[in-house]
Amino acid sequence: MTQILVIGAGPAGARCAQACAERGLRVKLVGAEPGLPYDRVALGKVLGGAAPSVLALPDPAARGIRYQPDTRITRLDRAARHAITADGGSLAYDRVVLATGSHAWRLPLPGADQPHVLLYRTLADVAAMRALARASVPAVVIGGGLLGLEAAAGLAALGCAVTVLHAMPWLMERQLNAEAAATLRRHLEARGLRFVMPAATAAIEPDAVVLKDGTRILADIVVLAVGVRPNVALGDGLAVKRGIIVDDYLRSTDPDILAIGECAEHHGQVCGLVTPALAMADVAAANLAGVPIRYVPPTLSATLKIAGLPVWSLGEIAPEGAEPITVEDADYGEYRGLWLRDGVLVGAVLCGDAADSGFYQGMLGRPIGDRAALALGPAWHKAAA
Amino acid sequence: MDGTSFPATRTTCPYCGVGCGVLARPSGPIAGDPAHPANQGRLCSKGAALGETLDLPDRQLFPEVDGKRASWDAALDAVAEGFRTALAERGPEGVALYVSGQLLTEDYYAANKFAKGVLGTANIDSNSRLCMASAVAAHTRAWGEDVVPGCYEDIELADLVVLVGSNLAWCHPVLHQRLLAARAARPEMQIVVIDPRRTATAEGAELHLPLRPGSDVALFAALLTHLADQGHDAPDAAEAVSEARRIDAPALTGLDPALIARFCTMFAATERVVTLFSMGVNQSVAGADKANAIINCHLLTGRIGKPGAAPFSLTGQPNAMGGREVGALATMLAGHLRFSEPAEHAAVAAAWGAPALPRKPGMIATEIFAALGQGRIGALWTMATNPAVSLPGSAGVRAAMERAPLLVASDVTRASDSMVRARIRLPALSWGEKSGTVTNSERVISRQRGFLTPPGEARPDWWAIAGVAARFGRADAFGWTGPADIFREHAALTGLVPEAGRIFDISSLADLSDAAYDALAPLRWGPRRYAPARARLVPTPWRPPANMADAVHPVTLLTGRLRDQWHTMTRTGPVPRLMAQHPAPKLALHPEEAAAIGAVAQIEGQGETALVGVTADPGLPHGVGFLPMHWSDVYAPSGRSNPLVPVAVDPVSGQPELKHAPVRVSPWPARWFAAVVARVRLPDGAAPLLSRAPLPGGLWRHDLAGQSDPAEGFAALRRALDAPGLVWRLLAAPEAGLFRGVAFDAAGAPAAWIALAREAPGPGFDWLAAAFAGGPADAALRRALLAGQAALGPPPSPTICACHGVSRAAIEAAITAGAETVAAVGGACAAGTGCGACRPEIAGLLAAPLVAI
Repeated sequence: MTQILVIGAGPAGARCAQACAERGLRVKLVGAEPGLPYDRVALGKVLGGAAPSVLALPDPAARGIRYQPDTRITRLDRAARHAITADGGSLAYDRVVLATGSHAWRLPLPGADQPHVLLYRTLADVAAMRALARASVPAVVIGGGLLGLEAAAGLAALGCAVTVLHAMPWLMERQLNAEAAATLRRHLEARGLRFVMPAATAAIEPDAVVLKDGTRILADIVVLAVGVRPNVALGDGLAVKRGIIVDDYLRSTDPDILAIGECAEHHGQVCGLVTPALAMADVAAANLAGVPIRYVPPTLSATLKIAGLPVWSLGEIAPEGAEPITVEDADYGEYRGLWLRDGVLVGAVLCGDAADSGFYQGMLGRPIGDRAALALGPAWHKAAA
Repeated sequence: MDGTSFPATRTTCPYCGVGCGVLARPSGPIAGDPAHPANQGRLCSKGAALGETLDLPDRQLFPEVDGKRASWDAALDAVAEGFRTALAERGPEGVALYVSGQLLTEDYYAANKFAKGVLGTANIDSNSRLCMASAVAAHTRAWGEDVVPGCYEDIELADLVVLVGSNLAWCHPVLHQRLLAARAARPEMQIVVIDPRRTATAEGAELHLPLRPGSDVALFAALLTHLADQGHDAPDAAEAVSEARRIDAPALTGLDPALIARFCTMFAATERVVTLFSMGVNQSVAGADKANAIINCHLLTGRIGKPGAAPFSLTGQPNAMGGREVGALATMLAGHLRFSEPAEHAAVAAAWGAPALPRKPGMIATEIFAALGQGRIGALWTMATNPAVSLPGSAGVRAAMERAPLLVASDVTRASDSMVRARIRLPALSWGEKSGTVTNSERVISRQRGFLTPPGEARPDWWAIAGVAARFGRADAFGWTGPADIFREHAALTGLVPEAGRIFDISSLADLSDAAYDALAPLRWGPRRYAPARARLVPTPWRPPANMADAVHPVTLLTGRLRDQWHTMTRTGPVPRLMAQHPAPKLALHPEEAAAIGAVAQIEGQGETALVGVTADPGLPHGVGFLPMHWSDVYAPSGRSNPLVPVAVDPVSGQPELKHAPVRVSPWPARWFAAVVARVRLPDGAAPLLSRAPLPGGLWRHDLAGQSDPAEGFAALRRALDAPGLVWRLLAAPEAGLFRGVAFDAAGAPAAWIALAREAPGPGFDWLAAAFAGGPADAALRRALLAGQAALGPPPSPTICACHGVSRAAIEAAITAGAETVAAVGGACAAGTGCGACRPEIAGLLAAPLVAI
């Protein structure tokens, strides 16, 4: 029976292993981190004080998957079809799925290697943050993206005086337009967070972050949340650009090696969200089971809750030349942005109330009918004939 | 405590000339008086809503001089001083009074006595000049005295009822209901409607003759000719008949000769025929001729003064007849007595102790305001009227009022277009507060009785007049203690010259005790049916209308009334349910012309411009528009009709040709339309097209349009409504020109609502009013407010039945559910079961194929 080896026990790897098992394949899942696979997307809850168990994904062993934690794969011996572990062991495979994900990027700043400079990616990172966080301790989060804001909100909830430094003019610029980001910023400011943006960081000192304009911002904790880089070390010998290049069947240039999730690059795109990663996991399992399915990237949507504020975005955000429709209720912390091209919905942002996200997901690519009704939501909308 | 525990007061409705009796309580329901002969318990939509008008907004509560509160003493001193100065500088010709058919007979009498007896001027005219003067002149020309020959019962007894220039269904709804009830009982009864427009009254008529505006004389010339040819004859008829024979009716009326022939045949064949006529006849430069042309047909056939047979003038106002009785018109002296008869003049002068009593008629309404504009009038006192809206050429009237050395105005409202221009404002009593008598269209005198305590320092008009007369040293002649005193004096005057042989002689009431006056039951003067012993057929040669369409102004604009409004809306405007059916003035045009003009029309005439929405009316011929005359600056600054109407008056009656005006109608391409609901009124400049209407709960709705960029238009509306502490929920689709906004106050309750789009939005205002009334809004309501309707709520639908607040959608639902008759619709949803004025519209919905949705 064909032996499938899934390397990486994040959400994509765990899901792929499970899908393989459900299709009757013999599958082994290995992860570099100790313990059971966990849901990295929900790390913020642990930062907020919840037990790590809230992150538990289904136990692989319970599903007939052989699971091996704490196992770092250093290279693939493609000729022998063996994966070589850090401690020199080897795992045989017939086909392998790389789900190695990505790692948080440590900015190459002077002082970035000090102990109080943390990343926000793993349970261990979260444990380190919690160890340093105390009431009134000044903290700086560098990066006003999704993860940075989650870390910042978490630290603020722990009592830290948090300043977020962001290189771009507004927060979460990949998921939000300026107006939605402003709503989010007001919401976070109301909870005590401070923002400096656009901010250019020059150096990290033991008790402060220094900006290029000389401003010093006191910080006993610094969290770097300036993005992730795909883990592509195991792609040695395969075609790799930013990620490991895969075709529509998620095969790398070696057809026995598939890649999914954040380490894979499909048609020039490297995903950074869980929805496409999980979709890739399912497609990979089907292909491994002999059911050829092409991977079609789902339109990106991100559902977040940042310090209690639901934020959701879908598709193209404020693209050039698109027609905007907006709903704003600044006092109520609500913002809704929709973008149409040729009368068809191509992107949406919901801030403050994301209850209609499913409706807009369904409207994507469809003629939208009455604009006001579209903006008001499903309770008022009759689909265009 | 509910108001029904008070005993009801028997009084009379303040609206039209039908003169319905009502039973009123201070805070209870207003009901029709079953014992009153005019209405026998019925009420129309306006009458039924009287209870909602008892607490008028913008009430004038105390005297004001030059914008400052003054005591009555100081104010009356100022009035007297102003009139004294004007008299000294310009003589009796330089002072004037302009009064109203809204006055009670006693107030009217006092005003006439003050003008003619104290000031020595005949420059006192009434807004009845705009309403009834042509009928008065016609009656006087035909039988020497202003006597309406018929009574309401004749309408029910007739076999043929001809309505000329009368939208009875909307303007005299209770009579219309009596007419329809009579026809229901006697289906052989026939109704003919003569009107350029197919009105609600024409629904269900056997025949509708859509003649050209102003061509009634020609049609009745054809009828007179036909009747003469049938062998009808009367003494002195020859000249009138031969004059009629010269008139080419088909060419002048534009009517199909077969239609004219059918009408003539019907009339000739029916002994019992009543011809009702109203503003469409009177408001014309040939108004008196039109009325005489009608009367001639009745005289020639002897169909007058008999059961079911009469020419019948319907008065517009509740007491137009009372004004005619006391002679409070520039062309009459007092009572039914005349300037031209020395004995009658001497008798009045003696009775009033007024040696300076004028010997000839004074200026009529249009002349007074023209003279005011020319600086020939030094002091003018208006009472209970709104000439800045109601007179033709009203732009000039406004300018004249603003230029007046002294303009005194007595009224209940301080916000009318006229009151805001007055130098001295006097607080008058409103309906329900004042006490006296009125006379309706069938010569029945009824008591109006007060049942409310006057607010502030409001006082009767007669009391204010007497106060000024006293300052002229005539306290002796104005020493009345109440309306009964005045009534007795007025009654005595009508018997002063018995040899004059007037039908109007109520001198038998001159000794009425106070108690008997208080208890006075409705009482008709003169015989029930008047068949004049000597009557004259007045020759009525053809004279074309003055206000004719031409190359520059190719559209004939008809002006007229709506079912639920009264005059310039000072009383009906504040009532939300009376505004519901027509919240904004709209120009009605033939559907093809309406489509060509688009949503908004610019109407030009007289160098003035109106801007109004457009509505399609298949009842209008090509080249003819209809615009309601009610709107004023208070409700629609851009939508007033009468600035467009040239000042042209009937040489016989002095009545202006208000009914139609030559105008140019052009498309006004709006770039946006908006609806606004707010706790405040938007100011006049908020948009070029602006109308306001009240909604329940002290809210105002506004309908607006503009030619600016929609985003700018929205921003301007937002600025106009914004206030400290308000926060906005906004929807914007700028490329579609779509903007919405809801402002919430500090408590989270909605305070203002804007919907702006490239097409006119049609929100459900009832729903919005309810949402505003609910206080702080939760998240779901905040969102629904932006939608302007509850989630998946019913589509907005106009109110058809004002009495029960039933929408068109509800009526259509009843029809869809199987209701096949007006009565069945009423059974299903109550529509049409109140005053019944909407029954023609329900019939129209029954006749129309329902459009599947």
